[in-house]
Amino acid sequence: MSQDTSRPGRLLRAPESFLSNDFVKTVNKDGLDEQRRDWMRKAFTAAAAGVAGIGAVRAADPGFIGDPNILELPPWTTSLGLPVAHRGYGMPAKYEMNLMRRESPGLASVAQASVAFTPLQGLFGIITPSGLHFERHHQGWVEIDPSKHRLMINGLVKTPKVYTMDDLMRLPQVSRIHFIECGANTAMEWGNVAVPTVQYTHGMLSCSEYTGVLLSTLLEDCGIDLKRAKYLLAEGADGSSMTRTIGIERALDDAMVAFGSNGEMIRPENGYPLRLVVPGVQGVSWVKWLRRLEVGDQRYGAKDETSGYADLMPDGMLREYSSIQEAKSVITSPSGGQTLLDKGYYNVTGLAWSGRGKVKRVDVSFDGGNQWQTARLETPILSKALTRFNIGWVWNGEPAILQSRVIDDTGFVQPTYGQLRAVRGTRSVYHNNAIQSWKVAASGEVSNVQIS
Amino acid sequence: MSRSADRCMRMLVAVVLAWCASAASAGGYPGIGRAATQAEIKAWDIDVRPDFVGLPPGSGSVADGEMLWIEKCSSCHGDFGDANHVFPPLIGNTTLQDIETGRVAALKEGGTTRTTIMKMPTVSTLWDFIHRAMPWDKPKSLKPDEVYAVLAYLLNLAEIVPADFVLSEKTMAYAQSRMPNRNGMTRDHGMWDIDGKPDTANKACMKNCRPTVEVSSALPDFAKAAHGELLKQNREYGAIRGTRTMPETKDEAVEEVSKVPTAPLTANGCLGCHGIEGKIIGPGFQQVADKYKGKADEAEYLKGRIRNGGAGTWGDVAMPPMAQLSDADLDLIVRWLIDGAPR
Repeated sequence: MSQDTSRPGRLLRAPESFLSNDFVKTVNKDGLDEQRRDWMRKAFTAAAAGVAGIGAVRAADPGFIGDPNILELPPWTTSLGLPVAHRGYGMPAKYEMNLMRRESPGLASVAQASVAFTPLQGLFGIITPSGLHFERHHQGWVEIDPSKHRLMINGLVKTPKVYTMDDLMRLPQVSRIHFIECGANTAMEWGNVAVPTVQYTHGMLSCSEYTGVLLSTLLEDCGIDLKRAKYLLAEGADGSSMTRTIGIERALDDAMVAFGSNGEMIRPENGYPLRLVVPGVQGVSWVKWLRRLEVGDQRYGAKDETSGYADLMPDGMLREYSSIQEAKSVITSPSGGQTLLDKGYYNVTGLAWSGRGKVKRVDVSFDGGNQWQTARLETPILSKALTRFNIGWVWNGEPAILQSRVIDDTGFVQPTYGQLRAVRGTRSVYHNNAIQSWKVAASGEVSNVQIS
Repeated sequence: MSRSADRCMRMLVAVVLAWCASAASAGGYPGIGRAATQAEIKAWDIDVRPDFVGLPPGSGSVADGEMLWIEKCSSCHGDFGDANHVFPPLIGNTTLQDIETGRVAALKEGGTTRTTIMKMPTVSTLWDFIHRAMPWDKPKSLKPDEVYAVLAYLLNLAEIVPADFVLSEKTMAYAQSRMPNRNGMTRDHGMWDIDGKPDTANKACMKNCRPTVEVSSALPDFAKAAHGELLKQNREYGAIRGTRTMPETKDEAVEEVSKVPTAPLTANGCLGCHGIEGKIIGPGFQQVADKYKGKADEAEYLKGRIRNGGAGTWGDVAMPPMAQLSDADLDLIVRWLIDGAPR
């Protein structure tokens, strides 16, 4: 191994470093024959796998002639490509299969009542690819025949009605970008650090462009009794037929029944063909496979608003109907479980969001919260949607602690763990929106830490 | 009513219904949706509110409930609702004192497993949920009397009702008056209203905010690999690499070809109970393959066990019969098992 590999943060050498001095000299003298080409390929394969042990020449060295990736035209440059519609439904490149939805081992003993987390560590922008949207099911997911799906609205309405998908897709349509975050996102971190990467700390978070019909449109169509209506019960068509109470203010504001997501029909794991979208409110209220809405004058006390999704406070009281996802942010790269390649420049990037409105500002600290700089926000900056932030950073090889802190347009500043625990203790499970810390070691390894 | 009068009446009803339906959509969106029938509403409007609106009449005793429980519920929840191997325990950690006060003391003290009955303020919720979602693999199969019975058994386990109790729509209020955590819920917080008051009020300090920074919690080394090889959970090019958490293997780059019959195993819920290598609720497929390796009638035997279900070989939890499995899928799964159930 070259001495460079033992330098702080020098995880990988430049590819050309994997050619030996002797090899380069031979090539200079005799040119590249087939055998030497083969040698070079092997050296690069080994380099790509991070296991090379050949003596190194650097680009700056006098014997360096050039990168074989440039000198040797690769097969994709020297062959005929594939035809159109080779894949009727396109897929990511085969090199991208490391970024998958994944379960956190030990979180649930049955996969039908578990969570698969979104790999935030590798995503860009604000839209979550539909196939990487996080999953949380209560009794498994189902694939509903849309021609047999019905939405019923009953209760305090003039005319209880039934809508088919044909009906719903004829009504006035809206398309809006919103984040969805499970109330239990970051739950495992209330007491102490428990999981290694941002996928598991914050991956019950996704953001999509939803297309559907505003709830207000449907409720007015049924003749909602606005004098008596205070709550809405939403109910799923799956085996669990999960129910949640929605406040009528939320329902009539910007809530919608969505069939579209990111330009296509919503995916089965996320409620195909119809899910409730309640912007700013925790994901459990966004009832999937939505079959029924009941307008009522009392809260419904559903299983997932009593024994679950109630926040245990230090005095032993359970906060019920805690719904809004308050402002929160996290740096997604560099983040826990990653290792920096080398000293030098990095684009530090992350996500910020608020269930109460828009992101106004994001500050980033590289020293555990002593000094802060304001990050650049990417557009669009939308209400109750993820907002992407970026900030440049030159890593000098010294240990560092990275943090981000969002301020939303209500003026609310994301809390520290100390501030949050002072009110809620460490056992409340839900609604952990504390500032996340990532420690960068001298080796370049980034890990999940909490600071005091 | 005579036939002609009957027909006349029906026509009248039809006309009135048609008029109602058209009136319903006479608002902004003609031709969209239709009025729900009473039968349709009855079929789907199954929710039971804390004030018992929606609770159907019926009854069930603790004794009846115990029999149903053992048959339909205990494999996941344990004979006494205290099992922890599939779901968090339902019953336990409440006291007679809690039933008096309506506050579960253990919730304040902490340090104990939080059972469902510790948190649950409303008996209506238990009735509603058992009725709509249980049993786990056959939701909505329990009749109202059976729901009353199963719930009576649970309430008796929690000492809320006596052993000779009969739970009915008339005695639900009594059970409610003794729910151990009925006074343990609060709505005093700012997280229901969009403009509610937050719990915290951090300030956006920019300079010299925290002169000393100490790490108070970090992931111990032994836990780093608990989530698998992080190198393989990040791109292998770009600004960073995933941190290596597992020992290097020689042919890491070579992707194994999956032979697991994922489609039928997923479609029939097999993977909910069986891991490929190890036990989840039932044995791992490779454990099954090992056990019956070389058995003379292995294929027929495995097909029979999968088709008909059973219990006792691997533990007390019964495997439900897989009658719905097609012959082709059954063949595929059994051939894979005979091959040793490779990944």
